[in-house]
Amino acid sequence: MFSYIVRRVLQMIPTLVGVVLLIFFLFKWFGGDPAEIMAGQSATAAQIASIRMQLGLDQPVTTQLWIFFKQIFTFDWGKSWTTNESISSIFATRLPATLTIMLPILVLEIGLAVVAGMAVAYVRGSLTDRVIMMITTVALSISLLVYIVVGQYVFGFLLGWFPVQGWSNSLWNNLVTYAPLPILLYVLVSLAPQTRLYRSFFLDEMGHDYVRTARAKGVAEKTILFKHVLRNAMIPILTNVATQLPGIFIGSFLIEHFFSIPGLGREVIVAISRSDYPVIQAVTVYLAALTMVTNLVTDVLYKFVDPRVVLK
Amino acid sequence: MSATVIQELPHSPGVWASAWKRLKNDRVGMVALAITLVFISMVALAQLGWIAKDWQKEVGAAFAPPHIVGKIVDGSTTAVVEGTAGTNVDLSDVDPLAPRYKEWFEAASKVKTATVIKADTLIFGGDQLGRDVLSKVVKGAQVSITVGLIAALLATFIGTVLGAIGGYFGGKAGDFLEWVYNVFTSIPYILLMFSVAAVLKSGPLANVLGSGVWTVIIILSVVGWTGIYRLVRAEYIKHRSREYVRAAEAIGASHASRMFAHILPNISHVVLVQLSLHVVSFIKAEVILSFLGLGVPIDMVSWGTMLSEAQNELVQGKWWQLVAATAFMATFVTAFALLTDALRDALDPKLR
Repeated sequence: MFSYIVRRVLQMIPTLVGVVLLIFFLFKWFGGDPAEIMAGQSATAAQIASIRMQLGLDQPVTTQLWIFFKQIFTFDWGKSWTTNESISSIFATRLPATLTIMLPILVLEIGLAVVAGMAVAYVRGSLTDRVIMMITTVALSISLLVYIVVGQYVFGFLLGWFPVQGWSNSLWNNLVTYAPLPILLYVLVSLAPQTRLYRSFFLDEMGHDYVRTARAKGVAEKTILFKHVLRNAMIPILTNVATQLPGIFIGSFLIEHFFSIPGLGREVIVAISRSDYPVIQAVTVYLAALTMVTNLVTDVLYKFVDPRVVLK
Repeated sequence: MSATVIQELPHSPGVWASAWKRLKNDRVGMVALAITLVFISMVALAQLGWIAKDWQKEVGAAFAPPHIVGKIVDGSTTAVVEGTAGTNVDLSDVDPLAPRYKEWFEAASKVKTATVIKADTLIFGGDQLGRDVLSKVVKGAQVSITVGLIAALLATFIGTVLGAIGGYFGGKAGDFLEWVYNVFTSIPYILLMFSVAAVLKSGPLANVLGSGVWTVIIILSVVGWTGIYRLVRAEYIKHRSREYVRAAEAIGASHASRMFAHILPNISHVVLVQLSLHVVSFIKAEVILSFLGLGVPIDMVSWGTMLSEAQNELVQGKWWQLVAATAFMATFVTAFALLTDALRDALDPKLR
């Protein structure tokens, strides 16, 4: 087990180096000149030259790459080019808002979709199953934008059940006042694809012999579903949750955009429109690293969920 | 002698012919195909400029409602303030501009003002400027679908070529491509898209590409090739040591010829299904990118820009642009997704 984890961590290094190289050269070769972006349009040549020197842009590429690596490992990315706020403070202040929205979404989404997927899989082939599958196909074809726009209009504006948008400084206030509408909308939207996915996971398991054997020996249907089938379907479910997990840190940028939630996702969108490269680079590199760690943790978790799994 | 033997052999239909036969029996698939073809011909006609050419013309009143709603009678417009009756005092002796009034009047009479009669209602209503929503949504379909198609074709091309190289040769080249694949997939999809968008927006390429649709196409295809690469690579690994490939090697077929003339036709159904899956996801992604202002430029219209306008219109009760864009997009995306399902079933009956 220990040697497995060590080996996996060592395997992560080349990938992580690749991510850093990709981001560095993407912005270096295809991005604009940082000095010109920072100096603005009415800058003199002397100003641009002095910014170049400050950023180390007059150094050879290898030195610049080394500076980039150092920034990543010391968590010191300097300051945002447009707001002069330090990057670490951007992370620290924007992340709580994103998590306030995304953690309830993740929990609700998984809970509801697992139950719905199991229920639909149980009545497979019936009219209910086919109708639900048809509804999800149509629901999937409508853009996420439409659901948010219409939901915000109906529940926030017409019915007035929730504030249309806003955010406060108190966690409790946010959770009970501002977060419910975005959470509700996002969960409703993601229910269609997630139900389809979990249905297919459960269908795969329900065809197996062990289900037939359990029925034959008189095990209650509830026990079969929740003990036998659910336990066996945990591997694909876990895989699916793991792919979603890094996403909760960037949040749904669309939700944050529409509901004016001061989270990390909205920060990235604003950074793109202002060409604020350090913010984009920092978020991308750290989330890539986080994704790799999540994948490793998931693989280790497989072992606990399903003892038959052998970690090689 | 040999020619007669070949003629006597029973004719067996090719993979495409039998796939078409299976597809024809799939009723849902055929309806989906028909709808998709209607959309594609609409896109082609719009591209040629035969329909929806004048989408930017302001043919209706601002926010002209659709026919079924009828003209909206606005109470506030009837309350016109009556001008207070008063005689104009003759100021021509003190007015310094008075001598030139006649001259200006003559100049003004030379200019003809064409009064455009603006329709009170349009079929699908009008937008803020009174542009016909029906023309807009057709033009938007042209942009959204072309972007989705070209981006999917490019991504499929990149994925297939890299997957072929990685799967066929393996070894050092394969390891390198696997590393590239790992790097691309370890960055969350949406963040990689945003990074490329940020770079294309302000970098030196911004001047080359302008603010045209090519930016979106490049973003989508550069980020979206990984899934296709993975599948194509697996197929090549499976096929590279099959007998027909060894036989081709024995008669002296080059590597390139074995890769693309022998193996590729045998896995083309995988590629085709991936292509159409990506068209759907790229159209959805284009809509979101355009909504965020990272997509098509402001002088063009796509379903995404229509939805972003619709957000503010809805609060004023002008729902028709939202409904039109949503209905067109939902119809096309559903039809195309069902067609993809039918295609997969028809091309690979074992998969069912």
